[in-house]
Amino acid sequence: MDWFVFLALLQDGITTGAIYLLLAIGLLIVFSVTRVIFVPQGDLLAFGTLTVAALQSGRLPGTLWLLDGVSVLALLASLFQGRRAAMRGLLAWGLYPAAVTAAALLLAPRELPAVSILLALAIVTPMGPLIWRFAFRPVAGASVLALLILSMALHFVLIGLGLVFFGPEEASAPPITDASFDLGSLNVSGQTLAVLASCGVLVLGLRWFFGATIHGKALRAAASDRLGARLVGIDAGATGALAFGLASFIAALAGVLIGAITPLSYDAGFDIGLKGFVAAIMGGLVSYPMAAAGAVLVGVLESLSSFWASAYREVIVFTLLIPVLVWLSLRSGSPEDRA
Amino acid sequence: MSRIAPPSGLVRPSAIAAAGVEAPPLPASGAGLRPGHGARSLRRCIAPLAAAALIALVPAILPAFYVTLLGYVGMATLVALGLVLLTGISGQTSFGQASFVGLAAYATTVLTKFVDAPPLAGLAAGLVLTGAVAWLLGLVTARLSGHFLALVSVAWGISFFALFGTIPQLHGFSGIGNIPPLRLGPLSAASPRVNLAVIWAAVAIVMAMSASLLDSRLGRAIRTLNGARLMGASVGIDTVRLSRTVFVIAALYAAIAGFLFAHFQRFVSPTPFSLGASIDYLFMVIIGGAGSLWGAPVGAALVVVLRDQFNDWIPRITGQAGDFESLVFALAVIVLLQRAPDGLLALLARFRRRSAPHIEPDAGAPPETPPAAAATPGEELLSLDAISRNFGGLAANRDVSFSVHAAEIVALIGPNGAGKTTLFNVISGVLPPDSGSIRLFGAAAKRLSPRRVAAMGLARTFQHVKLLPGRSVLENVALGAHLSGRAGLLRCMLRLDRAEEARLLSAARTQAERAGLGGMLHVPAGDLPLGQQRVVEIARALCVRPRLLLLDEPAAGLRLPEKQRLAALLRHLRAEGIGVLLVEHDMDFVMQLADRVVVMDFGQKIAEGPPDRVQSDPAVMEAYLGGVA
Repeated sequence: MDWFVFLALLQDGITTGAIYLLLAIGLLIVFSVTRVIFVPQGDLLAFGTLTVAALQSGRLPGTLWLLDGVSVLALLASLFQGRRAAMRGLLAWGLYPAAVTAAALLLAPRELPAVSILLALAIVTPMGPLIWRFAFRPVAGASVLALLILSMALHFVLIGLGLVFFGPEEASAPPITDASFDLGSLNVSGQTLAVLASCGVLVLGLRWFFGATIHGKALRAAASDRLGARLVGIDAGATGALAFGLASFIAALAGVLIGAITPLSYDAGFDIGLKGFVAAIMGGLVSYPMAAAGAVLVGVLESLSSFWASAYREVIVFTLLIPVLVWLSLRSGSPEDRA
Repeated sequence: MSRIAPPSGLVRPSAIAAAGVEAPPLPASGAGLRPGHGARSLRRCIAPLAAAALIALVPAILPAFYVTLLGYVGMATLVALGLVLLTGISGQTSFGQASFVGLAAYATTVLTKFVDAPPLAGLAAGLVLTGAVAWLLGLVTARLSGHFLALVSVAWGISFFALFGTIPQLHGFSGIGNIPPLRLGPLSAASPRVNLAVIWAAVAIVMAMSASLLDSRLGRAIRTLNGARLMGASVGIDTVRLSRTVFVIAALYAAIAGFLFAHFQRFVSPTPFSLGASIDYLFMVIIGGAGSLWGAPVGAALVVVLRDQFNDWIPRITGQAGDFESLVFALAVIVLLQRAPDGLLALLARFRRRSAPHIEPDAGAPPETPPAAAATPGEELLSLDAISRNFGGLAANRDVSFSVHAAEIVALIGPNGAGKTTLFNVISGVLPPDSGSIRLFGAAAKRLSPRRVAAMGLARTFQHVKLLPGRSVLENVALGAHLSGRAGLLRCMLRLDRAEEARLLSAARTQAERAGLGGMLHVPAGDLPLGQQRVVEIARALCVRPRLLLLDEPAAGLRLPEKQRLAALLRHLRAEGIGVLLVEHDMDFVMQLADRVVVMDFGQKIAEGPPDRVQSDPAVMEAYLGGVA
């Protein structure tokens, strides 16, 4: 392998690593606030890619009707929960989906990339809170393992729906930019820079959100002590919805970004999400900087191993977990009792 | 990229044609099992055997399609039984069981087809290979909490699946066909009907062995793995090793299924060993009910049959081939998890009275022997020298020194937050001290662990009661006798531990009666009032046969007559030469009982002496009443 190939692989690896990092952040937010390991996040990523692809080809995506249908259910449910909940439900599950649907009907035929991307984000982002509302909130107190199994079942629901909505074909998202330039002998594509820039902006934005806003602080409070947060009046239902909303926004964004580089099919999200897990596990499911380092490591390793031994790529990436776990287990000392 | 393959193979029988009848079914009784001592344990052992014998008769008359279907149910039941032990009983989860099935299936395939070895050699190779892999994986993950194991199992599930598909000698996704049928000497089992009998005989044996295991000393210990590991360690259970053992057992059950699968289907390819198949096994356990062994066959039957029916009907309804059956199935699982988180069996069990505990303590067993080395009065059992322990900047204990002797009751008192429970945790090996030294039973204790401390003769209770709430008082107390038993895994599974088990239960009953729990031996411990639950903890601690007893607020929540009885019990223990160190807030209780009182405030010892002197100590009065004087 010569120097150019190595640099090209490194570029690939860092780009996919950035995507894994986004997913790892989403997973960490959801896990620390609700103890749910959000397996379907990868499927929402695929929804993001396929939704923007459908809009870009002038079709209305099935995810839009899914959003409308489930929103109606949520709206009906909120009507029975008192006036304040009903008002909020009317805004979130009545006006919002109606506005998005109208916008999609009007704007989809024009096939403008920027509009398609924004619409796709607007359609996929509410899926997180809806999943929380109907799947997890009713059993929020269950054990981590029960929530994980529920999460796995949801993954099957989403890929089932994905197949119905989008068919088995792969599709691409429109690139944010077609520009590319040469750095020495290496060709750097504008999309790669767009991925890295979006990732950076998102990380900084989340930093600001968690550090400076009341909602962000409420999430942090709920993450560090659920019961304590409830005792000081932080609504566990709202923090859960917010955490899932952030995660599904992140997933949709990642889908829109990676979809321009690699075409995806309805069931491709799981693997990508799983590598986000690997990155998150490297962070011990607690630390964001560790997860970032893990994500880039996973991306680069995957890219290099696909060059050397592409058949064993998955094996190599997942075997990487073992030394990390040994280290974690040596560090953790005696196993704690789980709540 | 390897994807989750649609669940198939093991749980999708309709694709495989079943051959006709060629030989009569093998007798399918549980050879190698011995009846237990009590009639009840015998009945418990017989139930699965009888059910299996019935099912073993069925193959002779069933249509071929159902032979295949039942075969898949049986093999899935084996895997699910392992998951019941792993998930339901010990609280760990694996999304990688199908890869263990695959390892064993490929092992026997390679041996019997390519090397022409007898199938029994294939079985042995599969068990050894799978067991070794599981042991290594367990070594890495057993110390981590539950969801780590679950997530890592997803990763190895995908890795093994990818390996099965990429190793050229295994023929990739085109698979290996014409695997030789099962044979034992001159007997050959080429017919699916004979295979079916073999499969269900294996199910019956594995189920009976699992039931025996749960019904033993090790079974009780396994239950502490699910959220009560600290308590388990405090009675001397090696929780890390035990959770690895359970993990290996579950993998071996999957390996048996894999061996049978290869010779039943006589074709292997990577598809039935995918992550999707692993998840299906987990769904079976969840649907049937992870808390009971019977959840495994119920869940396996439901999932296999429902998947089969969905595959038939849903394309007809929707008129298109899609992934609708997976979708509908997954939705059903979600609704079930929300409505009946403990599984369908638990839902049914609400209509049925809980059966009484199955083991009776043997009344004729020899009486409990006194503590191993009865201490001479005045012998120093515990001595603390300048113990300090910090949490971040907070000094929970600072330079605490005192000692406890045989035949002495020492009370540790102090306002809330004085550091008493921290000190208890340091003494019992849960927390290492930052500085200072501990001498326990005359030996300098450098690195204490809860388990070693228990083996040395120190027993404790917890401020926040730690019991197995669903198990009977007797079983909870018997946990304390863990170190008095020797029976290992095989003896427990083969019911060769009955004499020892009766002795342990008899000891447990003696201690429970002594603590005043005689009337409620068979009540689930979680149903008792909190005060009585503390007494159960004391009885459990007594079962450890301690020379030194650490009690954390034993009288909290007790009514006056119960307190008096507890005081009498403690005096009795003192007369036997046991040293008692107790934390207690009830001053009347402490002052009339203790020989010596140690008072702590803000992590430091501020006074020590006989009760009357401590009560008039100005420093103590200031700590309790504030600086008014």
